[in-house]
Order: sequence, then C-alpha cells, then structure tokens
Amino acid sequence: MPTFDLATQDLRDLNKALHTIPAGTNDLDYEILNPRGSHAVAVGCSDPLNISVKGPVGYYCGGMNAEATITVKGSAGPGVAENMMSGMVVIEGDASQYAGATGRGGMLVIRGNAASRCGISMKGIDIVVEGNIGHMSAFMGQSGHLVVLGDAGEALGDSLYEAKLFVRGTVKSLGADCIEKEMRPEHHETLARLLEKAGVTGVETSEFKRYGSARTLYNFNIDNADAY
Amino acid sequence: MTYHNPRTPPRKSWTFDDQTLAEIRRAAATGIYDIRGAGAKRKLPHFDDLLFLGASMSRYPLEGYRERCDTSVDLGTRFAKKPIHLKIPITIAGMSFGALSGTAKEALGRGASAAGTSTTTGDGGMTNEERDHSQTLVYQYLPSRYGMNPTDLRRADAIEIVVGQGAKPGGGGMLLGQKISDRVAQMRNLPKGIDQRSACRHPDWTGPDDLEIKIMEIREITDWEKPIYIKVGGARPYYDTALAVKAGADVVVLDGMQGGTAATQDVFIENVGQPTLACIRPAVQALQDLGMHRKVQLIVSGGIRSGADVAKAMALGADAVSIGSAAMVALGDNDPQYEEEYNRLGTTAGAYDDWHEGKDPAGITTQDPELAARLDPVAAGRRLANYLKVMTLEAQTIARACGHNDLHNLEPEDLCALTIEAAAMAQVPLAGTEWIPGKTRF
Repeated sequence: MPTFDLATQDLRDLNKALHTIPAGTNDLDYEILNPRGSHAVAVGCSDPLNISVKGPVGYYCGGMNAEATITVKGSAGPGVAENMMSGMVVIEGDASQYAGATGRGGMLVIRGNAASRCGISMKGIDIVVEGNIGHMSAFMGQSGHLVVLGDAGEALGDSLYEAKLFVRGTVKSLGADCIEKEMRPEHHETLARLLEKAGVTGVETSEFKRYGSARTLYNFNIDNADAY
Repeated sequence: MTYHNPRTPPRKSWTFDDQTLAEIRRAAATGIYDIRGAGAKRKLPHFDDLLFLGASMSRYPLEGYRERCDTSVDLGTRFAKKPIHLKIPITIAGMSFGALSGTAKEALGRGASAAGTSTTTGDGGMTNEERDHSQTLVYQYLPSRYGMNPTDLRRADAIEIVVGQGAKPGGGGMLLGQKISDRVAQMRNLPKGIDQRSACRHPDWTGPDDLEIKIMEIREITDWEKPIYIKVGGARPYYDTALAVKAGADVVVLDGMQGGTAATQDVFIENVGQPTLACIRPAVQALQDLGMHRKVQLIVSGGIRSGADVAKAMALGADAVSIGSAAMVALGDNDPQYEEEYNRLGTTAGAYDDWHEGKDPAGITTQDPELAARLDPVAAGRRLANYLKVMTLEAQTIARACGHNDLHNLEPEDLCALTIEAAAMAQVPLAGTEWIPGKTRF
C-alpha cells in the first residue's frame, strides 16, 4: 500500500501521484500520515482509490473528488468534498463550514457535526450528517439529499431549489421558501437507501421529517419581495 | 398691432428629465425594477478624454510599415507551469452559454483563435462548441459553480476566479426563465424555465485569506499547470488588486463599470462601481508597490472599443485588455439590418439591451434555435477576427508614433488629458499644462 507521510513529503507530490495512477494497477489503497490540518489533501482524484487519511485535515479535503473513497480519521476543515463528482468521502470527526458545497454526486458522510452552510448550493451530492448541522445549510440547494440525524440550525434550506432534506431532530428555523413536506413511501425508501449506504444503523426512517422547496420563488414575483 | 403678453416657454426639469419621468411611470405601472443587459450607458470619463502626444523633438518615431512593434503577451508567468502566450493583447471576456447562443460562443472561439487570442467561458460551464473552436480558453470559476467539474478545469488553458464584474460589483448573475432551455437547464442542474440566480458570493470561501487556500486547491487539482486569474469589478482597485496578488493570482482582470452583463438591474449597472479610466492607475500602483507590475499581469476591460482604447489602457499600465460588448457588436449585435425587428421589440438598433428576454434578432443573446441559426458562426468569427486585427493595427500605429517597438512600452508620459476629471483619474497632465490634479500643483 503506497503511504505518504506529509510530515516529510510534499503535498504537491501526493496529489500528483493520486492524479497519475498507472492504468491497470491493482494497488489502489493509499495511506496518508500526519496530515496535521493540511489543506487540499487528496483533491481532484479521478480513479477508484481507497484513501485513508490518518488525522485531521484543513480546507477542501477531497475537493472535486471523482470515484475515490476517502476516509478521514479525524475532523475536516472548511469545504470538505467541495464540488465532489462521485465516490465517497467519510469524515469520522466533525466538519467545518461549507461541507459538500456545490457537490454534484457521490456521498459525503460526517460522523460528527457539521458547521454552517453544510451542502450549500448542492447539485446532486448526497450528504449524511450523524450529528447536528449549523445555520444556512443547503442554501440554494439544487438537487441531491441532505440527511441529518441530529438538529439543524437557523434558516435551513433557504432559497432551496430541488434538493431534498431529511432531519431527525429539531430545526431551529426554515429559510425562505423551504417548507416541511409529507414523507411518502418513496421518501422512506430513498432515506433508507441513503442511511444504509452511509453505514448508519439503529434509526428508523419514520423518525425523520422531510423538507423541500415551496417553489414560490422560482420566478420573480413582486408580491414575494418581502421574502428576498 | 396686437400685443401679446410674453410667456415663459415650457421648461423641462433637468432633474426630472424625460428618461427619469418615463422610468418613474414604468416603475409605477409594473412594480418591478428594470432589468437589462450591457454596461453603464451614462456618459462617463473615458479613454476619449485622453490623447497621445506622439513623437516630437524628444521622441523618435518608428516607421509605420517597416519597423516591428510587438503585440504579444504572456499571461500567468508568476506560478503556472504552462503560462499562455497570446499574439495580441486583446482577449475575449467571459460570456456564458445561456446568456449567448451556442453559435455565438462558437463564433467567439473562431474569431479569437484566428486572431491569436483567448476566449472565456461564463456562468454556465464549458461547452464543446467553445472548447473545440477556441485555441486558448479561459474557464471561469464562479460563485454558482454551474457546470463546474475537474475534467473541464483540466482541459482549460487558464482559470479565472470571478469575484466581481464591472457592471455589478457585489452582484450575482441572473438568467431569467425565458432563456433556460433544456440544454441550459441540464448544464446548470436546474428545472427548465425558472429564473436562475447566481450567487454573489462564493459558497466555500470568504475573503482573501480563504481565497489563497482556494487557489492552492485549484492549483493542486490541476497540478500547478494553469494560470489562475482573479477577476474583480471596478470597486476598490488598489486594494482589490493588492489582495488578489496576496491571494496568489497570476493575472488580475479588472473590469470597469462600462463592462457589460447579460442581465441585471439598471439601477445597479448605472450606480455601482467606478469608470474603467479611474480604475487602472490605482491597480497599477498596487502592483508597483508590491514589486509585481509585469509579473502579475493586469487585464483591463470595460468599454474598450478601438485600438486607441487598447493603447491608452496599456499606456496606463495594463498588460492586456478584454472586450465583451465590442466583440458582440463585431459578431452582429444591434446591427441596423434588423431595425424593423428591433422596432417591434420597442427599441432601435444600437439601443437593444433586453438580452435577458432571449429575443435577440441577431441570434446572439438567445437560446431560441431559429434566432440562433441566423448567426453564421464562420462569418461572424471572421468579422471578429477582422475587428481584432484592426484594433491591433491601430494600437501599433499609435505605439510606433510614440516611438515604441512594443505595445507594452507605452507609458503614461505618452498621454495628456482633455478634462480635469480625466487628468485626475488617469493621473496624466491636463493638455497644455503639467498639472495632474492631486499630484502636482497647477
């Protein structure tokens, strides 16, 4: 298993190596030691790698990830898995702001809490947070799913488009144009699938509420000016 | 003889002129602000207010048709492994597929490539039309991140992080539902027909310290190959430029308030930002203070129309300029041949700016397939290439007359100003004097 020790090796060499995986190789497991809050760890991967990061990371870990599975044995700084295309990123600790921002696919799992703006402008990513999430999460979320086992902060789903939100705990407040919606059977199925994929057990889909867009702000109407 | 008492003739208010009265009535009738495309239309101090001095006893001119005057420019020499080399210092500004038709984007690519320069994507992602027809393509990284993906990031020749634009510093994008076709909707992950509002702030960084880390991430994703530009609107050009350098930019793109937009509020376009002329010297000063002039390249845009404008911007310290509105006109925008159709839309050729409505008779600012088909991308591309060639020749003519064998050797000392305002903004002497307001005593 290739191992990179960021205490002694350069981040640039790490990412370059992750971008130039020899065709046909079976050696797809990577270990990264001593990240010590480094930024941009394992960004821009485009192969089905299994990357284990042994410690906390700084900004943008797993940014624009495609196909790789990245597990961080620690917490993550802002923008983890930003603009992820596919694959999976798992944070075993907490995540800072903008987790999964603009993500287009794949799954981001945060075993701890996520700070504000989790899933901001999400465009297809699935995000599962086992703890709580901060304010303005899923702001302008376009598509994908945000699942929260804990509580959500203020203004959840503000200016939401078609992203679907599931929250098990309390929601401090809903943002503009975000409303609670009925949990129909297909939503239970979707949620069960997401929880299973994220490796979450011991919770029932019936414990969650669903939130989505009221779609009243989709086309400008002067009568809605107070909402802007 | 009958004597009539003299009467005071009707007098219209300067403050409440016809345009103002009409806007008040329009607002009262509709309850919504006016949205339009293009840049500031108000009269502003501009390059027209500057003149070149030319050669004289103390300056030796170059022979117009014999002695070489270099026009090429390298962009991204600070950090990028693969800087881009352009034959001419006039680039095509960012304009989105969505705002423009696919044929218009193709035409821009064809024209720019024929002239040896770059074109730029916009808010909506990269299309194959523009990638395939653009020899050098700059990929915009915008707050909305519509269409953003690592594959396009890597197949771009440079990356432009958009912090702001001259038409609306501090404003986001707007593409109204009329132009959200199936393809545009698919590229932007949005339902068809809804108003698409692009955020005004980036979703995953706040301020220049974060931006420095964001740029590092993009460089890591692209293995430090691509030049990274930062585009700012003409707001606080000294500090914006200094902070862009601090954040790690290879190139700063500075867009004054005459720079166009696909659509935003008229009140925003006309009342926020600074004229291009006022932005250049503070930005250059910031680069000089940091010892980065010519190391971090400065591209100026917003109201560049001719080779004279190119030469003036470069004399004030720009490394290159960028055109958007002028390039659209070269393609065929606002052409009088469509006057009857413009009239039916309630406007006239030269004034058409309802680009957000998608009804452009010239087939440029539309997603209507029938209208878009009116624009022949080959012929339109040729017109753009011709226009770029003329601008370059004009700029060379002026540079030679000032005694320079490279457009980049033009300098503020080649200029004088016709108005006190322009003298103050461009920091060149008022014509016939040595007075630079704010710098020297009259």
